[in-house]
Amino acid sequence: MSVTVAGSVGAAAQVVLVGAGAPLLVGLMRQVRARLEGRAGAGVLQPWRDLRKLMRKQPITPDGTGPVFRVAPLLPAATALVIAAVIPIATTASPLDGAADLFAVTALLALGTVALALAGLDTGTAFGGMGASRETTVMALVEPTILVSVFALSVRVGSTNLGAIVTSTLHEPQRVISPVSLLAAIALAVVTIAETGRIPVDNPATHLELTMVHEAMVLEYSGPDLALVEWASAMRLTLLLGLVANLFAPWGVTGASMAMLPLAVAAYAAKVAVLGGVLAAGEVFMAKLRMFRVPELLAGSFVLALLAVAASFFLVGT
Amino acid sequence: MNDTLYVQLLDLACGAFLLAGVLVLWRRDLAAIVRLFAVQGAALGVLVAVLGVHDGDTEVIGLAVGIGLLRAVLLPWLLRRALAASGGAAGPAANRETAPLVNVAASLVVAALLALLAYAVTRPVVALDPSPAAHAVPVALTVVLIGFFALVTRRRALSQVVGFLLVDNGITAVAFLTTSGVPLIVEGGVSLDVLLAVLVLQLLTARIRAAFGDTDLDGLRELRD
Repeated sequence: MSVTVAGSVGAAAQVVLVGAGAPLLVGLMRQVRARLEGRAGAGVLQPWRDLRKLMRKQPITPDGTGPVFRVAPLLPAATALVIAAVIPIATTASPLDGAADLFAVTALLALGTVALALAGLDTGTAFGGMGASRETTVMALVEPTILVSVFALSVRVGSTNLGAIVTSTLHEPQRVISPVSLLAAIALAVVTIAETGRIPVDNPATHLELTMVHEAMVLEYSGPDLALVEWASAMRLTLLLGLVANLFAPWGVTGASMAMLPLAVAAYAAKVAVLGGVLAAGEVFMAKLRMFRVPELLAGSFVLALLAVAASFFLVGT
Repeated sequence: MNDTLYVQLLDLACGAFLLAGVLVLWRRDLAAIVRLFAVQGAALGVLVAVLGVHDGDTEVIGLAVGIGLLRAVLLPWLLRRALAASGGAAGPAANRETAPLVNVAASLVVAALLALLAYAVTRPVVALDPSPAAHAVPVALTVVLIGFFALVTRRRALSQVVGFLLVDNGITAVAFLTTSGVPLIVEGGVSLDVLLAVLVLQLLTARIRAAFGDTDLDGLRELRD
């Protein structure tokens, strides 16, 4: 695919949108939760204020930690920005389209998680190790499901390029209402929740030692490093929700057209905001699963993804 | 009804049918299992109705209504009655499939393998007549196999009954997908048979509970004084 000006502008717009919008999404989700629980809430801008406050603080690293601990926060943030540039968020004509491959994107996501897990181990504290071990367990179960469920969608397209999958769904919208799509959508929704550390797999608001997963891993970070970690996890949430939205409801995503770009950006923001709101509202009514029940949930979603692939082979009646 | 719409509705009904079958293995709560069974019955009714409307066969549409009523309303109602009777007597713990012989995560993986097995086994059947309906036969066979699996590995009498009914749902679906409509008399006979089997099993469950205070069938293997 040739590099177009519109594509490059689109990719840049995607990075800016995700980078600036991710904390707003987290703020929106907290606000929705607060309102449903009868609290006033801190406002949508609060995560940005937190990040600003953290950025001004002095960076502190615990005694005995090595370079892994210091470098680790950069990796999830950097990989999230790369994913933001390549996946079809607003445009399918990104100049880095070759990297918008399903396997590349999943590997980039995993790279960020692995970096943080190593940092958690590097601190040498009990919590860091426990958090890293739990996060790795969840990741090992989540990654195959992401791969298999998106693979189910890619079978009919004949390509694992995410841009090609979205383009094909745009051209043939009736494919969205097939059992393949439905099964893959449910599987992908479950793993998105697990991968972004939301209830019922992990509780992003807890610091209770028995229950935290992601928070335990990054417990030793402070100041600008913590800001980077939180920004990165907000961006991952935005990216995964956006990917789910665009794979199953790609309306608004534009090709190499400059004029449609603002509309595409607005459509993406609206889709992610709606999904985030629904997720936050759902969390109010749910309790966190016991850690030992999580593999069951993820095995279930893996089976649904596998059935989606199987169904894409046996229900090819058209 | 045009062809694309027909295929889409057929595939959707099959998807719901399969999903409900798999979720039966996922859930532990017996009340939820009965609800899922009702959803599957409704999906089967829709499936048969879609086939009937496509063929323009009023007899099949009538059968679809009958199947829907029996499997989505009557049988779940009977199962719920059995559940309510046991819930009052033995407390909430009796209403959960607490310790199946194969744990839930493993049985979900087995369900996936059964789906692949069903696909492999039915390929000659699909090749005989590659119509959209025949393409969905593996789905129905998967539900049969999942039903068998639930029957073998679950301990509660009620989830075994649901396993038996899953097998029957799957067989009915295979029958309608491979042939263009089962004669009224045959389907009526099968349905009546299933209804009687459930009534008898319900009675049996009630008697087992009255005699032993529990419906965990593994406790009945040994003779006691």
